[in-house]
Amino acid sequence: MIKSNPVRALLEETADLFLFFLRFFQEIKRGKMEWAEWINQCFYIGNRTLLLVITTGFIMGLVITIQSHPSMAAFGAESWLPSVVSVSLVREIVPVITALICAGKIGSGIGAEIGSMKVTEQIDAMEVSGTNPYNYLVVTRVLAAMFMVPLLVVFGDAIALYGAFLGVNMKQSVTFSLYTHQIFMKLTYSDVIPSILKSFFFGFAIGIIGCFKGFATRNGTQGVGAAANSAVVMATFVVFIIDLVAAQLSDIFSIT
Amino acid sequence: MSRSEENQQDVVIQVTELCKSFGDLHVLRDFTMDLRAGENVVVLGRSGSGKSVLIKCIIGLLKADSGSIRVLEKEVLELDQHTLDALRVEVGFLFQSNALYDSMTVRENLEFPLRRHMAGISAENRDERVRQALEDVGLGHTVDMMPEELSGGMKKRIALARALILQPKIILYDEPTTGLDPITAREINELILQVQDRYHTASIIISHDMHCVRQTANRVIVLHEGRAHAVGTSAELSISSDPVVNSFFSEV
Repeated sequence: MIKSNPVRALLEETADLFLFFLRFFQEIKRGKMEWAEWINQCFYIGNRTLLLVITTGFIMGLVITIQSHPSMAAFGAESWLPSVVSVSLVREIVPVITALICAGKIGSGIGAEIGSMKVTEQIDAMEVSGTNPYNYLVVTRVLAAMFMVPLLVVFGDAIALYGAFLGVNMKQSVTFSLYTHQIFMKLTYSDVIPSILKSFFFGFAIGIIGCFKGFATRNGTQGVGAAANSAVVMATFVVFIIDLVAAQLSDIFSIT
Repeated sequence: MSRSEENQQDVVIQVTELCKSFGDLHVLRDFTMDLRAGENVVVLGRSGSGKSVLIKCIIGLLKADSGSIRVLEKEVLELDQHTLDALRVEVGFLFQSNALYDSMTVRENLEFPLRRHMAGISAENRDERVRQALEDVGLGHTVDMMPEELSGGMKKRIALARALILQPKIILYDEPTTGLDPITAREINELILQVQDRYHTASIIISHDMHCVRQTANRVIVLHEGRAHAVGTSAELSISSDPVVNSFFSEV
């Protein structure tokens, strides 16, 4: 019961997270999916983040374009602006920004919801009424996040590219059809697919970390706040780690 | 413990030499008790004496370290998840904090166990069961309300309705009157007796409320230092000379 050693506590938490992780796959393998709850969760995730994803995606597209314009102009390469901006938006900025929004909004929501269910014995009540709470709460939420984050990323891509179109048009004049033509000349499946793939993992990480922190909640109401908070911090951190690994992997497999 | 040899076939829960500790804290040490069909047993003990741990071990929410727990002829400690879930249909559990699902309406709360265990049940049949369970606790009008709109006593009744909806043979009450005003507490106690009367359920009631003990108990077990310190009717125990027993019964 000695928990004073921070290194030991960190290692123990990592081990717990790993076991939590394994249990997810065991439950999936057992294959009793709660579809109604899954649809509910997908709706909540979309409903809670859509507006934020639209706004930030639009602003990011606009701002990146405006700020890239001077350096492109210095090389006399203004006509390249749409294709350069679109690659960085689709490959990096939109997936990461969307994942961060979801980490803040969904990760904390899941952490707080499951945490408060835990401290008010609702999870025990589920178990007593013969429902596997892991299957009902965790599997549905994680799968919902894995489904919705990529979807939001695709949606965010479209909005951000439209923002970039407006950004391009602030300094020069491009028709929408020329702009889209330029983008699709440059963007290939090897840009889009890795970005979608990594957003699956973002979704997985956000969902499972939120649930893990929720399930680990202790110390009553105060613990609920701490669970929500640490879910956001950890999910954000893991999103960047996954991003780093994804960038390395797509480089190694030279999907450039 | 001499009573346990009598109607052996009527025993619905038999706990034998149960031990449970958390780290160095030995909560239950060789605790032994039995519960017979149709009987209300109150387990009396101070806060933190391991009363809740006892019933959580019985329902399988906590894993006991050693000993034996036989519920309806099945050994809880040896059951796999599937059989344990099947057994839990027969055992209702009323949580101290009620544990109503606060994102669901009263109806959805009550339907939750039904959907899990009686998936094939028709919609009318389900509605009828919900109506019946709510009527049993006298709260038919709350069916479409959210738990947060209800008072403490009403929440307790709804939680009881949810425990009753699968018509269990055994109900475990975790401090049913704690945190309620004396009048509401008395109503809950009466409800416990009504349930016993109407459905012939056997109950273990965890409590440190002496009114609850006097009103509902057919038999009282005093839990002290992890053991069943004394067993008897509340009338027998109230004239006991044992200092531990006395400290409970002399308060009122």
